[in-house]
Amino acid sequence: MIRVGFLHSVIRPEEKLLIKEFQARDKVHLEMVDDRKLIYNLGKDKFDYDVVLERCINHSRALHALRLFESAGLKCVNSSQVAAICGDKILTSIHLQERGVPQPEVRIAFTEESTLQAIEEMGYPVVLKPAVGSWGRLLSKVNDRDAAETVLEHKATLGTYHHSIFYLQKYIEKHGRDIRSFVIGDQCIGAIYRTSEHWITNTARGGAAQNCPLTEELKELSVKAARAVGGGVVAIDLFETERGLLVNEVNYTMEFRNSIETTGVNIPRLIVDYVLQAAQGPGHG
Amino acid sequence: MVECPVCGGSVKLGKDTVQGELIACAECGTELEVTGVDPFTVAEAPKEEEDWGE
Repeated sequence: MIRVGFLHSVIRPEEKLLIKEFQARDKVHLEMVDDRKLIYNLGKDKFDYDVVLERCINHSRALHALRLFESAGLKCVNSSQVAAICGDKILTSIHLQERGVPQPEVRIAFTEESTLQAIEEMGYPVVLKPAVGSWGRLLSKVNDRDAAETVLEHKATLGTYHHSIFYLQKYIEKHGRDIRSFVIGDQCIGAIYRTSEHWITNTARGGAAQNCPLTEELKELSVKAARAVGGGVVAIDLFETERGLLVNEVNYTMEFRNSIETTGVNIPRLIVDYVLQAAQGPGHG
Repeated sequence: MVECPVCGGSVKLGKDTVQGELIACAECGTELEVTGVDPFTVAEAPKEEEDWGE
């Protein structure tokens, strides 16, 4: 019997599909672990799981819950290290850079003045992103100096402290679409185009999903990006450019509700396969 | 069948409904969370927070 701790908060379609997949397996005991009810007793906890699958909706809870479970000796998918890297765009970019994964030009600055200088040096337009954030929220496409000054003043005045860490990315003209690929372990299992008339193409913001054929370049770069952040079960966002594919972001609690029929790949089945393998052997998680 | 806490409409829940599941009220569109399954109870779903995402 393999004992799986399923770390979650609200249950979205992805979690429900994963639960059904686990329940269809023989000799698997699934225990639901709601992060809203968890209390850790540091150094004294003993959890009766062979593996923990993280499916929280809050990054901060996921990150710390994973680290606490690991501290109690549990194997987790994904690991807290992967969550820490993917949950912070600055750390993601550092790891991509250190491992030679192509990405758009990135600059980071810590004051309004230095950020404005960085933007001017990069040239317009640039995209200003919160280091921690998802679903395309609070992204600013800065087209000129007036917009830059306004956005920076608003962020510095109205934002919490981490909005004063300025992550800048050179704007990439993506002609209405980008690519989201899915990596499990060492395999890129599928990909979709995310299409939108808006420059933000996240499906959470209304971007439409279409199947994207897996090319050798896409597979190779996706796996390389996944490895750069520590591997596991991740989704890679990529831009198509004249100089080839560029990695935009890596997501560690990936959403896939719009991608199963689109790709023809049973994503929850492959995730569950991976989690159960991780429970039984080293080298996963 | 349970009552929507926002509009009072009827919310249908299937046999495979699980605790914590997000559903939408068919009458008012409010996002609800299933807070219990035996018996079924629902509440307004938590509001999106800054670090929500994937």
